[in-house]
Amino acid sequence: MCCPEVPPPEMLTLRSRGSARKGELRRGTHADDDDGFGMSGRAKPSNFPSRTTTRGREKNFLVGAFGPPCKVGIEFSNAETRKQASVKKENGQVVMVPLFLGQDSVAGEVRIEPLPGKKVEHLGVKIELLGQIELYFDRGSFYDFTSLVRELDVPGEILECKTYPFEFSTVEMQYESYNGVNVRLRYVLKVTISRSYATNIVEYRDFWVHNYSPQPDINNSIKMEVGIEDCLHIEFEYSKSKYHLKDVIVGKIYFLLVRIKIKHMELEVRRRESTGSGPNTYNESETLAKYEIMDGAPVRGESIPIRLFLSPYDLTPTYRNINNKFSVKYYLNLVLVDEEDRRYFKQQEITMYRLE
Amino acid sequence: MQAPEQEAVTSAEEQEKWLADAMALVQHHAFYMHRALDANNIRDVLKFSAQMLSELRTSKLSPQKYYELYMRTFDELRQLEVFFREESKRGRTNADIYELVQHAGNILPRLYLLCTVGSVYIKSKEAPAKDVLKDLVEMSRGVQHPIRGLFLRSYLSQISRDKLPDVGSPYEGEGGNVMDAVEFVLQNFTEMNKLWVRMQHQGPVRDKEKREKERSELRDLVGKNLHVLSQLEGVDLEMYRDLVLPRVLEQVVNCKDELAQYYLMDCIIQVFPDDFHLQTLETLLGACPQLQPTVDIKTVMSQLMERLSKYAAASPDVLYEFQQVDAFSKFSQSVVEVIEAQPDMPLVGAVSLHVSLLTFVLRVYVDRLDYVDLVLGACVKKLEGKGKVKDSKATKQLVALLSAPLEKYKDVVVVLKLSNYARVMEHLDYETNKVMAVVLIQSVLSNSTMITVDEEDFQEEQNLVARLVHMLVNDDPEQMFQILTTARKHFAQGGPRRLQYTLPPLVFEALKLVRSLQAQDLPEEGEGSGSVSLKKVFQFLHQTVEALAMIPAAELSLRLYLQCAEAAGDCGLEPVAYEFFTQAFVLYEEEISDSKAQVTALQLIIGTLQRTRVFGVENRDTLTHKATGYSAKLLKKPDQCRAVYACSHLFWVEDGGTTDGERVLLCLKRALRIANAAQQMSSATRGTSGPMTLFVEILNKYLYYFEKGTMIQSTVIQGLLELIVTDMQSESTTHDPEVDAFLASTVRYIQFQKQKGDSIAERYASIQVQ
Repeated sequence: MCCPEVPPPEMLTLRSRGSARKGELRRGTHADDDDGFGMSGRAKPSNFPSRTTTRGREKNFLVGAFGPPCKVGIEFSNAETRKQASVKKENGQVVMVPLFLGQDSVAGEVRIEPLPGKKVEHLGVKIELLGQIELYFDRGSFYDFTSLVRELDVPGEILECKTYPFEFSTVEMQYESYNGVNVRLRYVLKVTISRSYATNIVEYRDFWVHNYSPQPDINNSIKMEVGIEDCLHIEFEYSKSKYHLKDVIVGKIYFLLVRIKIKHMELEVRRRESTGSGPNTYNESETLAKYEIMDGAPVRGESIPIRLFLSPYDLTPTYRNINNKFSVKYYLNLVLVDEEDRRYFKQQEITMYRLE
Repeated sequence: MQAPEQEAVTSAEEQEKWLADAMALVQHHAFYMHRALDANNIRDVLKFSAQMLSELRTSKLSPQKYYELYMRTFDELRQLEVFFREESKRGRTNADIYELVQHAGNILPRLYLLCTVGSVYIKSKEAPAKDVLKDLVEMSRGVQHPIRGLFLRSYLSQISRDKLPDVGSPYEGEGGNVMDAVEFVLQNFTEMNKLWVRMQHQGPVRDKEKREKERSELRDLVGKNLHVLSQLEGVDLEMYRDLVLPRVLEQVVNCKDELAQYYLMDCIIQVFPDDFHLQTLETLLGACPQLQPTVDIKTVMSQLMERLSKYAAASPDVLYEFQQVDAFSKFSQSVVEVIEAQPDMPLVGAVSLHVSLLTFVLRVYVDRLDYVDLVLGACVKKLEGKGKVKDSKATKQLVALLSAPLEKYKDVVVVLKLSNYARVMEHLDYETNKVMAVVLIQSVLSNSTMITVDEEDFQEEQNLVARLVHMLVNDDPEQMFQILTTARKHFAQGGPRRLQYTLPPLVFEALKLVRSLQAQDLPEEGEGSGSVSLKKVFQFLHQTVEALAMIPAAELSLRLYLQCAEAAGDCGLEPVAYEFFTQAFVLYEEEISDSKAQVTALQLIIGTLQRTRVFGVENRDTLTHKATGYSAKLLKKPDQCRAVYACSHLFWVEDGGTTDGERVLLCLKRALRIANAAQQMSSATRGTSGPMTLFVEILNKYLYYFEKGTMIQSTVIQGLLELIVTDMQSESTTHDPEVDAFLASTVRYIQFQKQKGDSIAERYASIQVQ
């Protein structure tokens, strides 16, 4: 069932006081209300049909009557000791993929093993390291932002098993691998055996890239007083604005005025993925964490602690305008629910980064 | 989704059903939790335990039912604790588990788990107890729902009790010190109390009463914290005084809730030791007036006094401390302040506070009568302007107040020394006053107290007042009269007991005024309305003596009437003098029944009447007739006889008065007859005649009149004399040396007169004496 068009959330006049930044609480009727930008009417990720198609493309060679005359294997050096990243695939399966860092050398060997009694005639063998951004709504199209080639063999014949070492040294892989709702950023090794009379034999090998960031020099707290006139005034504080992926969000909420019957309060971690640009921008928001931080109705003067461990959640660093194609941003959404199930919320962006 | 807040009063059946449902679900989740426990699968353990604990998120259950559910899960959590302990032995650090449980999305299960792990964590000593405790108590702030919060914090209190870094505890040292322990308990106490107080605002107003009842059932959850504090070894007097008590009281005062304030004050008094209370009296009592005006503070204070007096009774060597901290003045000060702070406190409350204070004084300060009096005085102050107390409960307390010192001292005299005692009694209604009087008398009787001392004191005081009256002097009769009138007005308020002492001097002062007026020769009738006249003074006298007669003080009034009559006679005011006599006679007839008093009164009447010469024949006859009539009616013959011969003087007034010899003789003869009859009566009843006293006396009267006039023949005297001598020698006559002497001196007188050689001696010549 698709979500209907959700009307823009009600804006409420809010009062600011003292030195705290002026803020506002919004009131909406649904937990997944967006933050006031135009809402896309797109379906939920799990119902998104194009992804199935996309997956078809990954299995790039057909096994059939005209099966390839050889097996092509791509092995990374130090495969035993190399770190691996667990990647969740669309079908929910988790697979382990070799993990590289942005400046790593990508090296290994390609092994071509002709099937017994067959030989491989070719016009050359090459290996490419590709960095691709794939936008699902833009079917079939992907952009290579990185493309490196190494020639492995001159035209000839391969009669028996042959291995070709390769190395891409200190490759500039400035973007992290990412599997999103509408977009995917991937790194792949592509081996092509060019043939003149038959289709080229192509083998892919995905790998994953992470980029570490240093501890930020400046990491201010987020502190704000928000409220709805004569109804609810709170002051919240998160100790930092930038968090690493295994970080803990620590803070507190101070109740300055409470005239509504609050039932509970929760803190959400939301991810917003924006793809495309201009009028063709698509936003997709997901609530990754819903964490109850208060049960019952506080009175004026109460201060409620926040401590949220981020490690259990599947988060990535914040990505800003990756190759002009997409952004992934994270938000903390403070939600108060009253006894009539009205929701009052305030969303604040936080920056996520990957710490070594 | 959370269940909606409880809307209406739910029936007991519904409650039962909801509880049963919740219990079943707890059971269900606990089953899977146990399976995971057996499989050492921590992920599943956490998952199922969180689900189980989610049942505690219900808002449907009444506190009582919720408690049952809580106890059910509590048992499960014990097993979970064992698991966590084993898990840490298997290599997972406690810090890890401590973080792991915090991944739970719902706060209530999360915090129950956190407390459970925290308990293991502290026990392992992998982290300082104080840090874990502080974290737990801080994080618990997230539960603001009153009932859920109370139970969660109660759980925290429960699991932490044996893990506080108290003095002598294994967690002391790196785990912190007693200050940390105290701080932790205080904070938990404060938050629990806030939640508890807030409970009353949950739900519709119409259920308020029911809610308050439910709330009351939960009070021990809050009070438990105070108990924990009192059990801490490290909380010595100093820490209690400087930290614990002020903080607890701060919360008590600030919560502004009647139920909580009453309960907590009581709790403080009950759980902490007596010597702490004694040394912190000022602080503790200082909080009392700050409580809500509706708090039953008198009961609280009474309990405190009760406890302290027991403490004093149990160990007499602490009495010195009571003195040192001046417990009495602190309590009495506080009583005043509390009454001031609670203007709506019924009178009974105020009085019973004083009763408590008094009881305290009587037990602790046995010899401080002045304190007892101060308490009574304070109570009087409170009663001031209230007149008689009508409220029966208050009256009862007043009786208790007045009875307490009696019971203690068993001596009315001691009690009556209390100057405020009677002032308190004044506020009792008549019925109760009587009851109190009975109590007093019973006390007198049962303790056989002699109260003469008091009576003497009283007389002495009153005599002083009487003497003071004589010091009221002013030369101007006008002024003097004013003074007397004013004085009487004031004395009139003193009550009958005092009037006996205060009025007579007034009468005499007025008589003095009469004499001075007489000397000035003022007109009988006052000219101006303001100026004083004899008539006015006599009116004043009349009223004054009448007032005295009303007391009644018949004999005294009679004397005064006679005094006035004589003065009026001297002034020539016959009607006034007659009136005074009449009053005196009325008193004699109506009020004086004692025969001895009658004799005395009659003698006075006769004496006065004899001296009063103002009367005309008619008035005089009436009065003398009355007097002689009274004489004959006296009970005892000798009295009759003496009165009768005294009456003879009424008929013989020299210097211009009547001299009726015939009636004199008549009186004397009658006296003789009576004396004779007396003698006969005596011999009839006793076998012997009485002494001849009366005859000798009558002989003397005869001799008197013999010298005055001619109505008496010497033969009569001769005969009487012989009769006396004969009878005196008779065997049957009782001999009395006094009578012999009297007769002898009478005879000597006759002989003396015979030898004088004047006209009288000639008349005596015919009398023969042996």
